[in-house]
Amino acid sequence: MANHYFNSDDLKKFPGISEFQEKLGKKFFDYYGEVFSEGALTIREKSLIALAVAHTIQCPYCIDAFTDNSLQNGSDEEEMMEAVHVAAAIRSGASLVYSVQMMNKIKKTTM
Amino acid sequence: MGVKQRTKSLKARGSDLADSFYQLEVLQQKTRKQSDPTFPTFDSKLKEAGHPSFKAGKAEIFQLNIGKLCNQSCAHCHVDAGPDKKDEMMSRPHLEKCLEIIRENNFSTVDITGGAPEMHQHFRWFVEECSKADVKVMVRCNLTIIRANKKYADIPQFYADNKVMVVSSLPAISEKRTDGQRGDGVFKDSIEALVLLNEKGYGREGSGLILDLVYNPTGAFLPGNQSTLEREFKRKLKRKFDIDFNKLYCVTNQPISRFLDYLISTGNYHSYMESLVNAFNPATIKGLMCKNTLSISWDGYIYDCDFNQMLDLRLKNPSNHIDNFSLDDLKNRHIITGQHCFACTAGSGSSCGGEILSE
Repeated sequence: MANHYFNSDDLKKFPGISEFQEKLGKKFFDYYGEVFSEGALTIREKSLIALAVAHTIQCPYCIDAFTDNSLQNGSDEEEMMEAVHVAAAIRSGASLVYSVQMMNKIKKTTM
Repeated sequence: MGVKQRTKSLKARGSDLADSFYQLEVLQQKTRKQSDPTFPTFDSKLKEAGHPSFKAGKAEIFQLNIGKLCNQSCAHCHVDAGPDKKDEMMSRPHLEKCLEIIRENNFSTVDITGGAPEMHQHFRWFVEECSKADVKVMVRCNLTIIRANKKYADIPQFYADNKVMVVSSLPAISEKRTDGQRGDGVFKDSIEALVLLNEKGYGREGSGLILDLVYNPTGAFLPGNQSTLEREFKRKLKRKFDIDFNKLYCVTNQPISRFLDYLISTGNYHSYMESLVNAFNPATIKGLMCKNTLSISWDGYIYDCDFNQMLDLRLKNPSNHIDNFSLDDLKNRHIITGQHCFACTAGSGSSCGGEILSE
């Protein structure tokens, strides 16, 4: 057993998650493959969304994978950083919107 | 002269990798440290995929590397071309011999590359002669040469007059990414050159003048889907600069020469080779360019491809030089393979004409 979490080599083992539950694993990877294929959104757009989400959920494996994937599909660093800012803005906005509750409470309970 | 140097040639730097023999040692893992990963050989993967012998078909494309002189020295160049490469240029008698071969053997396409082929003193004469021979002429133009010096300013008109198919590298619609690979100022000059080519009709609908672009990754990663990238390039070039082009070819960087140097010096060599090996796709094999292309070096030797040429992997065949050329001898010849071949068989495959398995 490793004495630390998040070994970058573990990313390569991701397809192996089916080992302990083959049926569900297969369903997941079929779904995953379909989601990331060309559709109403381009592969490049999907990759940028995934990169932004990866930052929000703070998944180092996903950040590695979708940094490579975004570069491969023609995004540049400016676009990729903007996508991360979109994620960051939503994340900070989600915290700040709770301040309405704080403000409501303050206004109700103070003179 | 508008020289754009991202780096210096391996030769000018005195690098061990300037020697193709040393490059092969690295690729064959003869310089491997104990802690380094090991990779299967390309031949073992071919065998596994049911291709124990790997043979060429009929040669249709005659590709000439007419010289290594270039106004650029890009970080990924597999030719190790640059402004210092003044001696490795094809002689006039060799060019004449090539013309004779092209005329006598009904090649469908002549693919002229370099260096910057436009810098060769006999380039224009050679293109005109090929054009007269009614063969499709394709020139690998680095774009910046058109802006490098007044004497090259009429190149777009020259190409249009001779119906040359222009194939030009543009790795990104980003100044930072492009200049990072090809040298400061390359993006700006490339865009200006594309505008000039468009003005002559290149890439414009109905003109019959073909302008294709080549995308190759600006770092240690593999190219994405060719049709996706083509759409993206078309959208951005049109929106930002009103530039049109015909097709985008995605080409995987070969782990040889300057790109090998880049991979090793940045600690990316093993992970890049691993990506190539893991992406090995046997379905690409039948479309590999070595099956229908002959690659001719500046000194007249014949190779299976431009990459084998740069690794000095000369044909083991009596007809391995233009002076004793025989198309029949070259048909069904055994193709020389090596670890670098993983680059052409990764994912959807890679060739001088881009992705092999297009959707």
